[in-house]
Amino acid sequence: MSEIDEKLRTELQRQGIWVTSMQELYNWGRKNSIWPLQFGLACCAIEMIATAASRYDIARFGGEVFRPSPRQADLMIVAGTVTKKMAPQIVRLYNQMADPKYVIAMGACAISGGPFKQGYNVLKGIDRYIPVDVYIPGCPPRPEALLHAFMELQRKIDGQKLTGTDKAEFLKPEQLSEFPVPKFGEHDLEPPANRDVFQPPKLERV
Amino acid sequence: MSATVQTLEAMERPPVTMTSRLEGELLEVSMGPQHPSTHGVFRMNVALEGEIVRKLKPVFGYLHRNHEQIGEHTTYLGSMPYTDRLDYFCSMTNNWAYALSVEKLAAIEVPERAQYLRVILAELTRLQNHASLLGFLLSDMGAWGTPLMYAFREREKILDLFESLSGARMMCDYMRFGGCRVDASDEWLAAAKKIVDRFPKFLDEFGELILGNEIVIARTQNVGRLSADLAVSAGITGPMLRACGVNYDVRKVDGYGFYPRFKFRIPLGEHGDTYDRLMMRALEMRESVEILKQALALIQPGPILNSKVKIRAFRPPVGEAYGRIEAPKGELGFYLISDGGPNPYRYRVRPPSFINLTILEDMCLGHVVADVMVILGSVDIVMGEVDR
Repeated sequence: MSEIDEKLRTELQRQGIWVTSMQELYNWGRKNSIWPLQFGLACCAIEMIATAASRYDIARFGGEVFRPSPRQADLMIVAGTVTKKMAPQIVRLYNQMADPKYVIAMGACAISGGPFKQGYNVLKGIDRYIPVDVYIPGCPPRPEALLHAFMELQRKIDGQKLTGTDKAEFLKPEQLSEFPVPKFGEHDLEPPANRDVFQPPKLERV
Repeated sequence: MSATVQTLEAMERPPVTMTSRLEGELLEVSMGPQHPSTHGVFRMNVALEGEIVRKLKPVFGYLHRNHEQIGEHTTYLGSMPYTDRLDYFCSMTNNWAYALSVEKLAAIEVPERAQYLRVILAELTRLQNHASLLGFLLSDMGAWGTPLMYAFREREKILDLFESLSGARMMCDYMRFGGCRVDASDEWLAAAKKIVDRFPKFLDEFGELILGNEIVIARTQNVGRLSADLAVSAGITGPMLRACGVNYDVRKVDGYGFYPRFKFRIPLGEHGDTYDRLMMRALEMRESVEILKQALALIQPGPILNSKVKIRAFRPPVGEAYGRIEAPKGELGFYLISDGGPNPYRYRVRPPSFINLTILEDMCLGHVVADVMVILGSVDIVMGEVDR
């Protein structure tokens, strides 16, 4: 599938003919109807509700259909502190979502543990177990920040290819879409991080 | 605890007509932690006979963020931002409760203007908390979306006030030991007055839409009844206790802050059912508007922070103190033990929503599953405060 010549397309549009490619149409449909999983963890969930409510109105971006079932959702917004008791449930919910699926880590806690990082029961970032597409800093991030993350995700979806060697990850059969659910070990979750997804940052000593 | 198992006949509901081979056996269902109506990551293990709840076991701890331990390892002032994240709807009242207990511990005086500012901010918090609670409660009943949109419209106006004063929408971190952090300008007070004056209009509108609604009455009246005796012996506080007809409000009982200077009434319920709890919030908002009108008229210029209090290297004397306030959800208290060091030796939170949640089973037994969500919604919990 080759890209359409922009000049030709504008010329045709002037004549009343609208030309598109399968990929563009598919991605246009996908990016404007992202259904998030209705799933709040902590403080950030209130800002997520505020984003969906009257003033900020995420419906302008096609994301107002919050689904309580992971089977119907495209996007998981991890909004709040992930505790070690909750982390297995989140990985299980992610596994239950159908491909293509995306994750937004909302707020400092979901990114790294945030202000509660020193707590014994707090997971130091959800990216230890599931791949994250967009990170939003803030404690909690403003609704505008969530909308910005949403638009970034739309940009990402728009750029995903359907064919060729550089096609989107979720279309490759060898790509993992389910990850092992961590279990409670003696001191910590077992394993403490999924090495397929998470690599601890390396310190470069000079 | 005397569990009141209501029979089907007493509840005047149609008898179950469908029969199955499972008759007499209980079906165990796990509701939560991912559930659209559990107000966060709360889980209930429910044993059902058909649709009727016969047993309910709450499971806590999915949001246990080690608040108390972190509080014991940080300085007194360092815990202030953490209190914002306890009950994340009402950061201002959490700040006040914590500041009050430290002020008791170290015997700190609070200037007059700061006291008025505290009352204004606490009552604004109560308005936005109760407004959003009503929205959430109605979405639990199936009015998905619309009442919540109305409630959040009002909430956003109050959050704008918080933001222009403290710099943050939700996590205000506004109170300090011996006063408040930033002074309110005259423009801010005028803007607050405008919002407060217009608030009764929202209450009228919301009341017309919701409170007389036939479905709301059918879903809430006589659902989740709580007797005054059980409520008192279980330590229930806040609007839930007052819905049972017990006249107990820490604002009147303790008279902390400048509350004795204001004229306001405490609304009381009669039946202790979900409808009374819902009405209690609606009526309390009207009283809060009255307090706000008086406070905004009485506030005078002056200092907002006691200049004798050390901000850095703050070490209260050895001792212990319990400061409590009437938070929107009930009695919120902080119990601190000081050993003279820079951080508390023991830091304990008395969370109203956790203690109000302990009698959930007594209220839910004998009701159908759909009523459990409504009863839980009327308790008004925030998981950040329940699990801490």
